[in-house]
Order: sequence, then C-alpha cells, then structure tokens
Amino acid sequence: MFRRIALGLAMCAAQALALADTAPDAFVLQLSTEVIDAVKSDQAIQAGDVARIRSLVDSKVVPHVNLQRMVVKSVGPPWRSASPEQQKRLTEEFKTYLINTYAGALTQVKDQSVKLRPLRTGTNPNEVVVGTDVVNKGEPLQLDYRLEKTGDTWRIYDFNVVGLWATDSFRNQFARDLSAGGIDALIDRLTEKNKSLAASKS
Amino acid sequence: MTARSTAVRWLLVAATLMLSGCATTGGIRGDPIEPVNRVVFEFNEGLDRIVLKPVATGYQAVLPQFVRTTIENFFNNFNDGWSAINHLLQGKPAAALEMGMRFSANTVFGLGFVDVAGAGIERRPEDFGQTLGRWGIGPGPYLVLPVVGPSTLRDTAALALDWRAIPEAFVEQRPERWALGSLHVISVRAGLLATTRALDELALDKYSLVRDGYLARRRMLVYDGNPPDEPEPSDTEPSEDSAPK
Repeated sequence: MFRRIALGLAMCAAQALALADTAPDAFVLQLSTEVIDAVKSDQAIQAGDVARIRSLVDSKVVPHVNLQRMVVKSVGPPWRSASPEQQKRLTEEFKTYLINTYAGALTQVKDQSVKLRPLRTGTNPNEVVVGTDVVNKGEPLQLDYRLEKTGDTWRIYDFNVVGLWATDSFRNQFARDLSAGGIDALIDRLTEKNKSLAASKS
Repeated sequence: MTARSTAVRWLLVAATLMLSGCATTGGIRGDPIEPVNRVVFEFNEGLDRIVLKPVATGYQAVLPQFVRTTIENFFNNFNDGWSAINHLLQGKPAAALEMGMRFSANTVFGLGFVDVAGAGIERRPEDFGQTLGRWGIGPGPYLVLPVVGPSTLRDTAALALDWRAIPEAFVEQRPERWALGSLHVISVRAGLLATTRALDELALDKYSLVRDGYLARRRMLVYDGNPPDEPEPSDTEPSEDSAPK
C-alpha cells in the first residue's frame, strides 16, 4: 500500500513538473496552445468575462514566470535603492499589471493558433529566446519569449511583441514616474492603473 | 515634378544621411528631442480625440464590413505596387515579382477593389523608408510629426517619395484629392480602433509606448522580421541581495 501512495505522489509531482521540464520551445508551444484553447472554449470568456481571463492567466501562466527577474529588469537601477517593503509592494502591483496586460491581449483571441519558429541557441545553455508566430488571417504576429532555466524548470522572464521587449517598454514608461517621485510614485501609479483596469472591464 | 522640388527632395535625403548618426544622445536612446515630441504628441492626441476617433467610429458603425474591406483593398492595392518597386530597390527580385503579381492580379481581375490574390500571395508591404534602411541609413532621431504621427528622420524624408505613390497623388483636382486623402486616413484609423483602445487603457506612459512600439516595428520591417540581436542592458539584472518573492 505504501508503494501505491508513493507512486501516486510521484505521478502528481511528475505531472506538475512535466510541463516545464521539457525543452523550452516545446514548453512555450504547449503553454500558449493550452491558454489559447482555454480562452476559445470557455463560454464565459467568449461572452466578455475579463475577470475569468485574469484568473486563468493567474493560475496557468504566472507560475511559469520569473516575476522577480522581470520586475527588476522593468524597473532598472532604481530597484537597488528601494527598501524590501517597497520592493515587495512593487512586485505585487507589477504582477497584477502584467496579468491585466496579458488578459487584455487574450480578449482579442478568436481563431488564432500558435506556431514555433526554429529555436536559436546562444552561448548560455540556461537562457534562450523562443520565437512564436500567432497566426490568424493576414500577417502573423511575432511573439517571442526570453526564458531561463533554474534547476530543471524553464521560466519566462520577458516577452516581445512585434520587436518590442516588454521590459524595455516598461522601463521607459516607468522612468517618468520614477524620476518624478521615486519608487513610491511608481507604486502609486501602478496601483491606480490596476484599480481602473479592474473597474472598467470586469 | 520641377527641378527645384527634385533638388529639395534629394537634399532631404542627404540631410538624413548626415544626421542619422545623431540619434544616440539625449535621455532615452534614439529620442533626443523628446520634450518637443511630447508636445506634438499631445496635440495629435487632442486631434484624434476630437476629430479622428469619432469619425472613424462612425465610419465603422455605419458602413458594412464588406464596404470597408473594399475601400481598404483599393488603398492596399496601390501600396502593393509601390512595395514591389521597393523590394526591387532593396535587391529582392523574388519578392518584387510576387508583389508585382499581387498588384497585377488585383488590378486586372479585381479591378483594383477586390483582393483576388488574397492569402495566396502573402502581402509584404515595403515603403521607401524601409528601402533607405536596407541601404544602410540608420533611422535617425525619433520624430512626432503633426497630424501624421510617429516617424523618424529617415522615414520623414522618405515620405516625400511615399506620398507620390498613393492614389491621392494621381488625382488632379484639389478638393477630390483631399476627399480621397481623408477617406484614406479614416479607413486606416478605423482599422486601428481596437488596438488604440487597448493601448489607451494599459499604457502608463502612452507617448513612450507608442514611440518604442513604432521604433521596434520599423526595425522589424527593415530587417524583414530578423533584426540583429540587441544585447540586454547589463545594469538591470537582479543583484545577489534583492528581496525574495
């Protein structure tokens, strides 16, 4: 009996890790396809329930994102002069903002499918850029991801839409609030933006 | 085209060649005249809010999709012809031939209004700005043009030629040319309504997002989807003592 329990536990763990423990491009393709399929098949989402998309993103996508690295990259040098308390608050608001951004993009999903572009490996075996094309009718939309490997799992720490890396865009946008009022100003701005996004759509 | 206006055009291109190296100073890389650009951007936003967006929204509400698609096809077809020429100027004869076929098929069989080529021949738009980029001319500083919107020094110089390849350029009478031009603007604006709505909601700094998006897109277009990799900025990686999640 003990062996059966152990086997069951091992299978659960294997399931959870299985997604991220594959090659990075296979992982990205599987994750993107799962998310798009979930959006397409969910009646409530197709009817316009944005809160549901947000919780879908939170449960399906966020666990595979290296939030820490992403927020540090998006804030830039001012991050180092922030207190641990500020960093924690900023990371929380940034996470909500990311979810809102991604959910906003997913509301546009109708008949899209995802195709991988050939993987180009660089000099670092623990970091890779995976390129995908989001295909509908007309020109495909280029969507790339930067992933890093910690242990056995790959996690996303940046994404690129038609040539623009999200962290570069955030860094430039955040710069205005940071130079006006420092980290606190940025936290307030993000909190306010998240509130208005939650109010307008759901 | 008079000799003087030709000379002015080539002077513009020469100026672009000389000034395109000057894009690396200023606060944000590539945007040395940001304060000025922001002012023009606000003006354009106001114009958009008061005139363009309402008219484009009405256009979208009143005209059925197939009418709007037909209008779009008309302008796209001219664009396909100009794209073929640019592919050739960039030394891409195969692409030039394809786009040329697209243009002929749509003009002859689609009478200029129906996209007969459809998805069979992929649309690969090229403008003169991309051609200049392919020839090695860097974009130069980011510029926000009044009414026209985001551009770069190189692309602005190229507009002089691009604007001779649109249907409006072939209309003799002033009022008709303006009418056609307005239709062109509204048609494009209506196509972008969903995107701009999303941008308005999400952006913390819309000026910055539009600029970065525009510059990234131009880079992608010049290199046809395969830009040379840019190194990641090194001072933005987490340090050892950053707070745990």
